[in-house]
Amino acid sequence: MSAKQILKTRIIVGMEIHVQLRTQTKMFCGCGLSFDAPPNSHVCPVCLGHPGTLPVINKQALRFAILAGLAMNCRIASYTKWDRKNYFYPDLPKNYQVSQYDLPICGEGHFDLPSETDPQTIRIRRAHLEEDAGKNIHDTGAHTLVDLNRAGTPLLEIVTEPDIHSAADAYAFCAELHRLVTYIGISDANMQMGQMRFEPNVNVEITHREGLSKTPIAEIKNLNSFRSVKNAIDYEAQRQIAAWEANPGYELGQAANENRGWNDDRGVTEFQRTKEAAHDYRYLPDPDLVPVTISETMMKEIRTDLPELPIARRKRFVSDLQLSSKDAETIVDHRATADLFEDAIEAGGPTDMLSKQMINIWLSLANDRQTDIANLGVSAAGIAELAGITDRGDINKSAAKQIAEAMLSDKQSPRELAKHLGLVQVKDTAATQAWVQQAIDNNAPAVQDVLSNPKKAKAAVGFLRGQVMRISGGQADPKLVGELIEKLLTPKPD
Amino acid sequence: MTKSIDADMVRRVAILARLRVSEDEVQRYVGQLSRIFDYVDLLNEVNTDNVEPLTHALPVTNVLREDVVRPSLSSEQALANAPQADRGFFVVPKVLDQESS
Ligand SMILES: [Zn+2]
Repeated sequence: MSAKQILKTRIIVGMEIHVQLRTQTKMFCGCGLSFDAPPNSHVCPVCLGHPGTLPVINKQALRFAILAGLAMNCRIASYTKWDRKNYFYPDLPKNYQVSQYDLPICGEGHFDLPSETDPQTIRIRRAHLEEDAGKNIHDTGAHTLVDLNRAGTPLLEIVTEPDIHSAADAYAFCAELHRLVTYIGISDANMQMGQMRFEPNVNVEITHREGLSKTPIAEIKNLNSFRSVKNAIDYEAQRQIAAWEANPGYELGQAANENRGWNDDRGVTEFQRTKEAAHDYRYLPDPDLVPVTISETMMKEIRTDLPELPIARRKRFVSDLQLSSKDAETIVDHRATADLFEDAIEAGGPTDMLSKQMINIWLSLANDRQTDIANLGVSAAGIAELAGITDRGDINKSAAKQIAEAMLSDKQSPRELAKHLGLVQVKDTAATQAWVQQAIDNNAPAVQDVLSNPKKAKAAVGFLRGQVMRISGGQADPKLVGELIEKLLTPKPD
Repeated sequence: MTKSIDADMVRRVAILARLRVSEDEVQRYVGQLSRIFDYVDLLNEVNTDNVEPLTHALPVTNVLREDVVRPSLSSEQALANAPQADRGFFVVPKVLDQESS
């Protein structure tokens, strides 16, 4: 037995998240934001760091930061200031980044992570505004190419306390935070475009025979998907535990903390540098930017922009509208979808059928077209009416899907479309029975299976029902068809 | 009292500022910087017990700008002073990723 017998381990994770704000212009100048514009086409003397220029704070970025702070229950600073973080790198033309050091705009807050089994509260340490750097492109021989279009882009950096204790919880937190920032409209948070970047700080508390140990902290830089957050934390925790078992002195405070990068192809974290070699950033107050005071009035006004947040909305959909928690999660995921859903209820749509059709019809139509429901161009009234006529049995479910598709290009009401497309459900038993009889006459093998092959009977009934729907042009009532098939194919007692 | 300036501190500051200094210069700067710090230290003699900390020299706050796009420079103008440029990029000596922050 090894002397280092491990009894229990506990992962400790704090997150740093950079969120690119959805402003029109940069943090301190009027240059527009662009993702793939030609290099150095969105730059000016301010964001190029030319001498003698003066930065001016973007009011909208400030509002967005306050809105995010309110959504995370943060204490909003009444007085906040700007500091220079000094380091040299070609993508940083001023040789400093404007950030906020000791008086950030958002102070302590908390984020409640819902879970049916294990709800948690993640404390927010702070959130501050800063400017992004430009981009270095390293792939050309002896030189590095520099594009400063991104330099000066407004970022909100959110820092949590080390309150996360599993990779799965980290994933859930990041996904929930992503939903929050898009919901309140402060960011598009497009991960492929690097608009939301995650940096978990990971270490492990190890309970062993001799007591309690902690491993040194590793900061995993620049992750841009929830999946990589989860995988990187899982890998890193196992790596630290193995390192602790193998190396005496691999303990927090004894061995150095380090920065690591995530190699997604190999599924490993890779050493970048120790924090002992970390830089002295020589923060100093920026003399070019005056402080900002945030009044109660301003805060109150911004608070009115705060919508019902996704977690609260999900809870309400479950408790007040009796949605399943899975359906509530799907509908609430995008704010515009949830808004449309509620507008359709207001327009008189039956809630239960609406929630089904939102997910099975509208969301799937939107996904097929790689957009969201709000961009399909269908009105809440139309959505409500379609659910209404389906719920009453005027049309059947597959007809509803056909009508929904027609609604994308045709401005007629669902009722009119049902008529024009011949999809109004026929409830007449005689007519339906005629269709069923025709299906039976034309499909002897299936009939045979229903009558005498128990293994295939169920599939054969389904087949016959499909035939009847086809013969009827989609107008038959599937429920009635099922009843009639059963009735006509039940052997008559002699 | 301010921490006194010694040779190690001069070397450290030189590294942070990316300046190459010779040993002669280190010794010279220890003397010069110490005299500057001693002079600035005079400020510590002022009684500030009843003085609020100052975070900015100007008595001004909330200089804000509307979020409206203004014309940027053309990429030709932006690169006009660059020692070297290529296809719209600034060209600099190759850097290793020593300092991603
Ligand atoms: Zn600019």
